[in-house]
Amino acid sequence: MAGMIEVLAAGIGNSIQDRGRFGFRHMGITVSGCLDPLLARCANVLAGNAPEPDCACIEIRAVGPKLQVTSGPVRVALAGEISATLHAAGGDTLAVAPWKSITLTTGDVLAVATLPGGVAYLALAGGVDSPLQLGSRSTYERALIGGIGGRGIVVGNRLACRIVAGAQDERQAPRWRLDDDPIRVVLGPQRNHFKHQALAVFLGSDYVVTNQRDRMGMRLEGQPLAHISAAAADIVSDGVTPGAIQVPGNGQPIILLADCQTVGGYPKIATVIRADLPRLAQLHSGQSLRFAAVSGDQARQALLEREAQWQAWARRIVAVAPDTTAPDEPIISSNW
Amino acid sequence: MATAHHRSAPPASLLPLGDAAWTVEFGDSIDAAVHARVLGFAAALERVRSVASPATGDEAGLWAAIVDVVPTFRSLTVHYDPLRCNGGALGAALLALAETSGSTTRVGRQWTIPVCFDADFAPDLDDLAKAKALSPEAIIALLCQATFQVYMIGFMPGFPYMGGLPAGLEMPRLSSPRKAVPARSLAIAGAMCAVYPWQSPGGWRLLGRTPVPMFSAAEAESPALLASGDRVRWQAIDRREYLEIEAAVAAGAFDRRSLMAMARDT
Repeated sequence: MAGMIEVLAAGIGNSIQDRGRFGFRHMGITVSGCLDPLLARCANVLAGNAPEPDCACIEIRAVGPKLQVTSGPVRVALAGEISATLHAAGGDTLAVAPWKSITLTTGDVLAVATLPGGVAYLALAGGVDSPLQLGSRSTYERALIGGIGGRGIVVGNRLACRIVAGAQDERQAPRWRLDDDPIRVVLGPQRNHFKHQALAVFLGSDYVVTNQRDRMGMRLEGQPLAHISAAAADIVSDGVTPGAIQVPGNGQPIILLADCQTVGGYPKIATVIRADLPRLAQLHSGQSLRFAAVSGDQARQALLEREAQWQAWARRIVAVAPDTTAPDEPIISSNW
Repeated sequence: MATAHHRSAPPASLLPLGDAAWTVEFGDSIDAAVHARVLGFAAALERVRSVASPATGDEAGLWAAIVDVVPTFRSLTVHYDPLRCNGGALGAALLALAETSGSTTRVGRQWTIPVCFDADFAPDLDDLAKAKALSPEAIIALLCQATFQVYMIGFMPGFPYMGGLPAGLEMPRLSSPRKAVPARSLAIAGAMCAVYPWQSPGGWRLLGRTPVPMFSAAEAESPALLASGDRVRWQAIDRREYLEIEAAVAAGAFDRRSLMAMARDT
């Protein structure tokens, strides 16, 4: 028998995502997938899943969902700037912290809290067993594919996962957090559509994340970036990818994210490197950032380092007895 | 890049789209000759990828790291897994391939797609007819005589950007886009023609509607009906035929292959 979790309240901005959908971009189908794949991997391994291939989990972007276990026990884990409240079937109410798995039994209700910004993940042991569509479970609402019925989490959704044996050890790890250095980019593909001065401005001034952001992209605000001519603010559409930084006629950059279209008609001054894509997902509205240009080789090195950094984190996962209460140090520290 | 290439066409350029994609660009305009080079390169790339496996040597390993290939009007973007290959080496191999791939002479699949031009499906047909001093019937006849070429799929899943609109029918976008264009609307903008696969906001001018879905996730191999390089002709149908096909689609009894035309001389 499979484990089952029913959605009692949808929350806001929650969807089923995995590593994404590849091989269909020539049909206009975006990759989708987790905005912060490394953080999703943290949640997955804490829940007891293999890091690769990435299991489908629930991405939380604003208000977490309220879930009830209808067939347990199931193991879940939260990763990110998020917490939850457990209303146990037996009547107790407990605070649930991230970075540690918890085993829920039939009748338990888990109310996931509200995120202050960025994204967080809730992983289920065995992964969310929703239908694979075009090779992925990632939700892509524009084409109504993935997730459950092509939609984000809604009330009444039933999330199948794996039953776990009760009274096993839980898994706990320190917080996974990325650096605050400038966001690294590879310049281009249309850097020659911008004045030389615009490149200096782009790499030398602060840009603020506005509240105009979703899974498709985020608009930034800062010193405008001048094109070499009015005509240079448009191109005959060409391929885009998550991380590409489009600059329309108003000179304000837009960074594309996981659900971005496959082609676009604005020139791209630069593209955020893969190692730093997870950091984009964790930026809060109103936060400012800087960009730094790197070469292709440096980008590759950064990606290998990021991977090694994650492996080092994973080695710090420890088994703890299931009845262990909160650790000495509060897990959600104030320096978030 | 002053090396040998076919028919003294301008050399391709290799543009970095971050550290996980290269755009191989053949020109900066919408032009059938440029697109023929895109298709030629796409075909050459498909050939080398079809035999590539990571076990069969360095270059094969590069091709096996490719995850997505996206042809556009004037370029081809190759997305790859940067942990599975050296991006710089892949870029060099792509550029070398582009210098010898030439232009395609192969004609893509040919489709004849039914369209109903009833007034409620074609809210902009009268305006277009007035602007061009033609009757709506003459506009429909011109549309159905023309052969359209699919340049690329984009904007939304399955949305085909097609060239081949008769020059006399060109018309700019609406100055104020509609909030909701009905799904499967046949539309034109400038020299382009398209069918909206989904209901969506849009500023293109609506001239008819097809009962045939442009995108169907149930077709797991190829959810998008059309692909870059395909040729399309429109066939005018009346409301009864439209409703029959629509009902067949809804019942899962419609075979999209019935729309593939026999090869015809061009």
